[in-house]
Amino acid sequence: MTVNFSRSRALAVTAGTLALTACSAGSLRADAGGGSTAGAVSLTYLVDNGDATVKLANQVTKDFMAANPGITVKVDTRPGGTDGDNLIKTRLSTGDMSDMFLYNSGSLFQALKPETNLVPLSDQPWANNLDANFKTTVTSGDAVYGAPIGSFFAGAMLYNTKVYATLGLKVPTTWAEFMANNAKIKAAGITLVIQTYGDTWTSQLFVLGDFHNVAAAEPSFATEYTANKIKYATNPAALEGFQRLEQVFKAGYLNKNFASAKLNDGLKLLGDGTGAQYPMLTAVVQGLYDTDAATKQSIGVFPIPGDDAATNGLTVWAPNGVYIPKTTTGAKLDAAKKFVAFLASPAGCTSQTTGVTPTGPYAVKGCTLPTDVPQVVKDTVSYFDKKDGTSPALEFLSPVKGPSLEQITVEVGSGITSAAAGAARYDEDVKKQAQQLGLAGW
Amino acid sequence: MHDGYHGKNPPPLVRPTTAPRAARRRNPYPLWFLIPAAVIYTVLFLVPTFASFYYSLTRWSLFDQQFIGLDNYIQFFREPGLIGGLTNTLIYAVVTSGLKVVLGMALGMLLTSQIIGRGLLRSVVFFPVLVSTIGVGLTFTVLMNPDQGLINKTLALVGIQGPGWLTDPSLALLSVAFVDVWKGVGLATVIYIAGIVSIPHEYLEAAKVDGAGRMAVFRHVVLPLARPATVTVVILSLIGGLRSFDLIWAMTHGGPGFTSDVIASVIYKQYQAGFYGLSTAGNVILFVLVTAIILPLFYLLNRKEVEQ
Repeated sequence: MTVNFSRSRALAVTAGTLALTACSAGSLRADAGGGSTAGAVSLTYLVDNGDATVKLANQVTKDFMAANPGITVKVDTRPGGTDGDNLIKTRLSTGDMSDMFLYNSGSLFQALKPETNLVPLSDQPWANNLDANFKTTVTSGDAVYGAPIGSFFAGAMLYNTKVYATLGLKVPTTWAEFMANNAKIKAAGITLVIQTYGDTWTSQLFVLGDFHNVAAAEPSFATEYTANKIKYATNPAALEGFQRLEQVFKAGYLNKNFASAKLNDGLKLLGDGTGAQYPMLTAVVQGLYDTDAATKQSIGVFPIPGDDAATNGLTVWAPNGVYIPKTTTGAKLDAAKKFVAFLASPAGCTSQTTGVTPTGPYAVKGCTLPTDVPQVVKDTVSYFDKKDGTSPALEFLSPVKGPSLEQITVEVGSGITSAAAGAARYDEDVKKQAQQLGLAGW
Repeated sequence: MHDGYHGKNPPPLVRPTTAPRAARRRNPYPLWFLIPAAVIYTVLFLVPTFASFYYSLTRWSLFDQQFIGLDNYIQFFREPGLIGGLTNTLIYAVVTSGLKVVLGMALGMLLTSQIIGRGLLRSVVFFPVLVSTIGVGLTFTVLMNPDQGLINKTLALVGIQGPGWLTDPSLALLSVAFVDVWKGVGLATVIYIAGIVSIPHEYLEAAKVDGAGRMAVFRHVVLPLARPATVTVVILSLIGGLRSFDLIWAMTHGGPGFTSDVIASVIYKQYQAGFYGLSTAGNVILFVLVTAIILPLFYLLNRKEVEQ
């Protein structure tokens, strides 16, 4: 019922706007930039229902509306995860999408068929101001379709700096150093590696967060992977992610309740020092700051270590994008373009920083971070400042990402199957996705 | 059962050749009374069913579709999770169906005997049937938590270290099956109570006069005469078990890993991943599979019943 209601209301608003603008049709184009008081435009903005996302959306819409009095933006929420994916696809294919929506960049964005469903934004002035790494993740064909919301974050090893300091440990740059640290942590009776398979998606970080190491060993991995020429099961560098997941389980390094623990249990273990290290997306650590402000200083992050200290670096995730569907037209489209332009401007970044603590650098040139950011963000930024210190995760370089990785990594990480069998099964899993996208060579 | 017969009057006893025409003429309702129901049935059932047969032959992304023949079926049968899913489906169906027969029969016997508070106990046994499956699933997920769950905490009081009911790969499916039985046994019990009560008292008295003990009465009188109830319970719970999905999804999502995946959850995950054509093909296969198991079984069990 709500869908019908909002659709009919949207129609009414469109009709109203048309009636108003009809009087000054000749000056419509010229007015689009500055005539914000002429006709009131109301936009809907669809975001996922995560706490941080909603907080961020409310803040930027508030600041945007303050700067553009003629435009009102209403925030709508949707479920996250695969339910959200299906909702987005269904609403796009039925022409019932909100005026603007937030969605992942990278491989999930590619699955939306941007050429047929989204408004290209390459001609917008801000498009040249985007960080090059981000720009590729919202580009399909040769057009840019999205503006960034939020900031870069890493998939890496969160660690408790107090535990490290008490035991006199150094941040490891190779897997061997990491395992040597573990021996000392174990002697102190602290959980070495936290895993939380009660939320299955959290199990993937040993594989996904290892991509910087894979890319260092095989620079052309992503393109060959898209072309079906390289496989996780047969490439030694790629297989290592699965093997390390198996290794920490076999060594008995995991928290006792790893099979049933959920993300928040894991964060709590890390925050109170019961656990030392937690491979995770750094964006989620924000949830801990609200309950325990001291963790802003006591939790840091280091990359999942590889074999070679010289190529040690961070696997990073690009911010989400905000897109405009082709069903948004006329005055609404002009207003929506203003909104995404605001997101991709320094003023937009400032507004976002007011909403939530940033997780890393912004993807817009000219945006700066405040100086009092938490330790995790400081650590993340230090790798961005280093030459070749970061690589985008594989899902931002290749559209091929299998849907069952989280179940496979749970099986490998709890000893149900071997690393080799898990990697082979993942190779089989991505085949379906590649075929669905109609890629050549599959 | 011919379609012209709706009224209270029995069909006329005339020669068979003229019977259909006679029946049609006597039908007081015009045919177009069917139209509203037929339209709803066609739009909501027939069209989607046949459309799904078509979509199962395409690679479908919601935005466009490409006809690929039987590739989806080939892909579905190559699915690494298929064998595990099939095995789990059969295990789940057989375990839940078997336990419901045994426990339903036992409870049926108990609740037809002269015990205190029989009415109350009957309600208590039937109560779980009325509760939402998802609600039951989520409640038991909490109860079965290995560390904080009530079940393992209770076991710990008597010094037993309880297993990870839903996190141990070898136990997860059976734990869900147990919850399914807990929830569904009330219905089986009610069917058995009806079956046992309808056994004529003369047989029981005659058996007692002949000196039969309780076990003998049960084996030679109650068990054979409650057969229609057994057939109903087996068929209903087997169908329920084969297409079970909601409880498994609420409790384990098919996990840990893939260890409690059943066919329906394999299909659902393909749908979630956006493989709409592939998951539709899976549904067609599930439809054929359930039909292939239930139809012969139904026929077999019903025929034996008639032979008696």
